[in-house]
Amino acid sequence: MKMIKSRKIFCLGILALLTTLLMMGNPVQAQQKNIILATTTSTQDSGLLDVLIPMFEKKTGFFVKTIAVGSGQAMAMGQKGEADVLLVHSPAAEKKFVAEGFGVNRRIIMHNDFIVVGPGEDPAKIKGIKSTPDVFKKIAAAGALFLSRADKSGTHTKEMGIWKAAGITPGGQKWYQETGLGMGQTLNVASEKKGYTLADRGTYLALKKNLSLDILAEGDAILLNVYHVLEINPAKFPKVNVAGGKAFADFMVSKEAQDVIKTFGVEKFGSPLFFPDAGKKEEDLGK
Amino acid sequence: MDLIFEGIYKAFYLLFTLDPEVMGVTLLSLQISGTATLISLLVGISVGTTVALAEFPGRKFVVSLINTGMGLPPVVVGLFVTIFLWRNGPLGFLGILYTPAAMILAQAVIATPIVMGITLAAIQALPKNLRLQILALGATRFQMVWILVKEAKLPLLPGVMAGFGGVISEVGASIMVGGNIKGYSRVLTTATVMETSRGNFDIAIALGIILLLLAFFINLILTHIQQRERPR
Repeated sequence: MKMIKSRKIFCLGILALLTTLLMMGNPVQAQQKNIILATTTSTQDSGLLDVLIPMFEKKTGFFVKTIAVGSGQAMAMGQKGEADVLLVHSPAAEKKFVAEGFGVNRRIIMHNDFIVVGPGEDPAKIKGIKSTPDVFKKIAAAGALFLSRADKSGTHTKEMGIWKAAGITPGGQKWYQETGLGMGQTLNVASEKKGYTLADRGTYLALKKNLSLDILAEGDAILLNVYHVLEINPAKFPKVNVAGGKAFADFMVSKEAQDVIKTFGVEKFGSPLFFPDAGKKEEDLGK
Repeated sequence: MDLIFEGIYKAFYLLFTLDPEVMGVTLLSLQISGTATLISLLVGISVGTTVALAEFPGRKFVVSLINTGMGLPPVVVGLFVTIFLWRNGPLGFLGILYTPAAMILAQAVIATPIVMGITLAAIQALPKNLRLQILALGATRFQMVWILVKEAKLPLLPGVMAGFGGVISEVGASIMVGGNIKGYSRVLTTATVMETSRGNFDIAIALGIILLLLAFFINLILTHIQQRERPR
């Protein structure tokens, strides 16, 4: 008798749980209104998406769920069909993603650039060196502390590309430390430990007032940071919101969105954080 | 140090001007963690009482499991709930990943073992004869269980506090299953993480202070109930 009663209470609990979940969840017919946008932290941390997404939602009636992770994780979500559209900045990995049939219709959105930042006293004497691989060689030769994101983000992928171009394998070296954190936190670590790191300009500008880090190398063509939008291949994942993903991608290349990107950040930082590029070719950037 | 004062100033500024975004985030925190705590009370107290009163083989093992569950790491819960709720996961048909419902589910999973463990301890701490007495007075078994839970009400309150405190301050699972979506699944803890990575330390501190105030007032009310009904 006791067991039966307890079981009844237990069942009631489960019932309450399910009812709550169903009430708060999205009914199936409403699901196509939801778009899951997997993107990088820089687009969210800079505040750009806080401006663009309400515009898009108002215009189309879609509801965008922005999941801000590194580019690597965003593409991993796409590879499982757990996102509808990606906004990422890791061109080599993106090309592979499209070649393997996960993504379609990859379009260029905007760019800004990466910078090498470090302590003002510049122990590795890298200031003034134009070629970024040379900068990295100098840091390695001096054994100066370098902080790596080490999270497969777009920035981390770029950093690994530069080490490769410099012909250096930094992993396991004493002067090379991996944070495994986002850009903002890695900048804070670099600032506290007086180390060098590679950062995107937008995040650096946003955090600058709390950092004791200076821009020590910039302007090299290899430091270009290009953002693309990718739709997920519906042939591979039937549950993907194709129309929603396409609508968002179309919006990002529209004149309306591109105009916002052009002026975003000017008021707060004195210079734009991103440069709109819709319709351009990646090869032509930075020229 | 200036930063902390700025943060405190900002916290009161946001509170007194009833900043709509901060109010929304605070209310959502309360709703999600409150609902999760209620669910954990339903499940935790019923299962906890059952295990406390029942005799069955492997009981010690079950009790150890519950006690281990009291320290369940939120990130691990978040990871598993995410995998289950994926579109292509076993519970994908619910379509609730990146919704407040998913956050309630994850937080309930975190809080339930806490409530269960404390219930178990509270019921077991009651004098053994009480059970016999109640039965001898002609109560049915269900009435007996009900009276025992009522008797253990005061020792159960810390369970409510611990469960609620655990989930409202939790960030790992909430950010994974909720996604920190503006105006939809952004709660105090996930907003604090985001503002920190945005370099808005003053707002982050302000949100942290609001979270502390919230936890304080909830516990103040619960403590008031607990102390009022203290046996004299």
